Amino acid sequence: MDDVVLELRGMCRSFGALKATDDVSLTLRHGEVHALIGPNGAGKSTLMGLISGRTTPDAGSVWLAGQDITGLSVAQRARLGLARSFQVSSLIPEYSALRNVMLALQAGEGHSYRFLRPVVFDRTLQRVGRDILDRVGLAARASVDAAFLSHGERRLLEIAVALAMKPQCFLLDEPMAGLGVEGTARLITFLQGLKQQAPILLVEHDMDAVFRLADRISVLVYGRIIASGTVAEIRANPLVRAAYLGEESTQ
Amino acid sequence: MDNARKEWGLNAILALVLFAVPLWAWLANEPFIITLATRVAILAIAAVGLNIALGLGGMVSFGHALYLGLGGYVAGIAAHHAFNGTPVLGLAGTNQMLPIWAIAMLVSGAVAGVVGALSLRTSGIFFIMITLAFAQMGFFFALSWPAYGGEDGLPIFMRNQFPGMNTSRPWDLFVIAYGVLMVALLLFALLRGARFGAALMAIRQNPDRAAAVGISPFGIKLTAFVLSGMLTGLAGAMMADLTRFVSPAMMAWTMSGELIVIIILGGVGRLFGPVAGAAILVGFEVFFGGLTEHWKLWLGLVLLAVVLFARGGLIGLIAGRARHG
Amino acid sequence: MTLALMLEQLLNGVQFGLMLFLMSAGLTLVFGVMGLINLAHGSLYMIGAFLCAAVAGATGNFWLGLMAGIAAAAAAGALIEVVVIRRLYDRDHLDQVLATFALILILSEGVRMVFGPFPLYLNVPDMFRGTVNLGIVDYSLYRLALIGFGLAVAVGLWALIAKTRLGIRIRAGESDREMIAALGVNIRALYTVVFALGAALAGLAGALVGAIQSVQVGMGEPVLILAFVVIVIGGIGSIKGAMVGALLVGVIDTMGRFLLPRLFALFLDTSQAMGVGAALASMLIYLLMALILIFRPKGLFPANG
Repeated sequence: MDDVVLELRGMCRSFGALKATDDVSLTLRHGEVHALIGPNGAGKSTLMGLISGRTTPDAGSVWLAGQDITGLSVAQRARLGLARSFQVSSLIPEYSALRNVMLALQAGEGHSYRFLRPVVFDRTLQRVGRDILDRVGLAARASVDAAFLSHGERRLLEIAVALAMKPQCFLLDEPMAGLGVEGTARLITFLQGLKQQAPILLVEHDMDAVFRLADRISVLVYGRIIASGTVAEIRANPLVRAAYLGEESTQ
Repeated sequence: MDNARKEWGLNAILALVLFAVPLWAWLANEPFIITLATRVAILAIAAVGLNIALGLGGMVSFGHALYLGLGGYVAGIAAHHAFNGTPVLGLAGTNQMLPIWAIAMLVSGAVAGVVGALSLRTSGIFFIMITLAFAQMGFFFALSWPAYGGEDGLPIFMRNQFPGMNTSRPWDLFVIAYGVLMVALLLFALLRGARFGAALMAIRQNPDRAAAVGISPFGIKLTAFVLSGMLTGLAGAMMADLTRFVSPAMMAWTMSGELIVIIILGGVGRLFGPVAGAAILVGFEVFFGGLTEHWKLWLGLVLLAVVLFARGGLIGLIAGRARHG
Repeated sequence: MTLALMLEQLLNGVQFGLMLFLMSAGLTLVFGVMGLINLAHGSLYMIGAFLCAAVAGATGNFWLGLMAGIAAAAAAGALIEVVVIRRLYDRDHLDQVLATFALILILSEGVRMVFGPFPLYLNVPDMFRGTVNLGIVDYSLYRLALIGFGLAVAVGLWALIAKTRLGIRIRAGESDREMIAALGVNIRALYTVVFALGAALAGLAGALVGAIQSVQVGMGEPVLILAFVVIVIGGIGSIKGAMVGALLVGVIDTMGRFLLPRLFALFLDTSQAMGVGAALASMLIYLLMALILIFRPKGLFPANG
């Protein structure tokens, strides 16, 4: 169990009568992509909220690198290396791409209470920030405000910001959404390399992408994990086919 | 890039004009104009303070008159006890500006800390209203507490002293106020460009994102709120010395409104927005106040037009959209 | 201190609270339905008072004045909604605060231009002159009438919102703006009507109160701030919250001013007790508001969940 980076133990969360998350346990190990799939309304967003700290659980705990982080705030979890990308691009609109990345870098260093030294003269922050933008292929767009980037560029910037957080693991919420065929293919290649740096918990609707990327897949239906296994196992699982893949094909 | 250059040019012109006009008035022996310029400078300092909370942090405080008044009362009470030779809270009063400023900033910073810690639990309209409520508490307390004049206010018989200056001369007082304003603007610029400013402005634009990269919004916002209150408190102490009078009116809600108006007229979040706004407000009062007794009607119309049609204020009108990136 | 004095102060508190309710109801409706924070609501109160005093003074008939006050406030409300307020619904709270702050300046100066700088006085209508014996205390008949009037308007407002088609639309507007558009309701007209209704209530309050205090420019703002305290305590958008908040504020403020100096007199000397008591009493409702917001950040009766 030494290689477990992120672990959920018996997470539960209800909203009124609705059990949005019902006794969910799962692990994320070094070097893997663990995909979380399920039909709309299966409780994926709630689960992401529970992991990132936006939502407090009724029961259960979250562990990051052997540490119980259940009681920590969103910001505290982020500083421990829980790097999250958002389903709908959520950047700082009036900041350039570079400054969005630099913000994550400065937060990761834990030094936001510096009042006088201009960030513009912080060579290290600038250089590391540019390197990261270069890695995702956004170097040429470094000085463009996030609000003026294209949809695809914003998705890449989301990844760049996550990279800047000294991540222990990535929490990627539908990174392929709206990317198109070519963009998706490029991102898949990139993520295949990324998982060596830190494992990825991936929520994604694009089944082709999931089957190409994932090492393991967990299927969430009505807040419960109904199956968990390798790509082949999940493809073959009749329960999953009935509950999920069948539904997907009718959409 | 072009807009940034225009803004810096405009800033330089504003700084220059604010110095040149009273300099001319000094040479031409027009003390009234020097006093007006001093008033502009001090109001601008107060608004630079508010601009930290409102412009950078997006916190619409409708109660910053509280800190202006607190600073004013610190100056008034210290001078009152120095004049009478009586102690206050076991300390002797003082008529030196520098220690008075330090105490004014400490007191308003401490109060801003409490008010901010409680108010930041709410947001939106509730934040506006709770900051207003705290300021009203201060206002009514000052109004009904008899020890320091109550609703009659507290006069400062002898203007407090500044080393090497003769503060009873308008020009000397102006130079002090102008110097403090320049330091305040420098601090604001540094703050905005530093990591703290980056975090604060990010929280204003997208608090969820800021938290997701590891910046806790509460601590950053509270720190900004305290700094903001301190600077406005300093301006309050100086304002008391300019008018040689402190009264609850300094804490009135219309004063809080005026501080916001100054920022809006100048341009929200702009470095020199408060300077431009204070100059417009005071200039408007003097110019139109001389023409018609109903000048506030015209001020209202101008303000309405700015809010409805010219969101960037004067600086936005001339230098275009703000850029923080 | 006698029981009679206590009762009188308590009634004063209730009367004050009900007038605050008339102010707050419009304010909270406008916020609930249109999401607008309107500082100029106090100016409508002032307009109601001025028109009532002027018309009553000219005709010698209080009731004509009252009608004129209500009509003028409603008309002024409808006018500024169409000319200014309408442009603010999609703006942030800062813009709304500033634009309506500008409206205060404009309306206050406008009233000063029309009516001059001196206060007007409004006489209590003949039929409500004098006092009425309530067993242990002789109480002002007019104030008692104000209590009755306030309660009647509250009931009328409740009936309007609970029972009429307009009320259904208002409630729909509070919960879901898209839905009323889908229902084919003319939103623009609805907003103007709601705003004018709130303005009429403010004008009514101003006109009624004008008979027990002087009618002057600036009279609206202290009441406006209290009305804000009321709706923040009650929960913005909730009429029920406005009623509870208004009575709380009215009674606590009045009783605080009456009781606190006397309470402190038990262990301080009289002049000191008066000072401390008065200072604390004037802060009491703001303290109450801060406390409520700290423990219930959305007020006592949050309107939208």
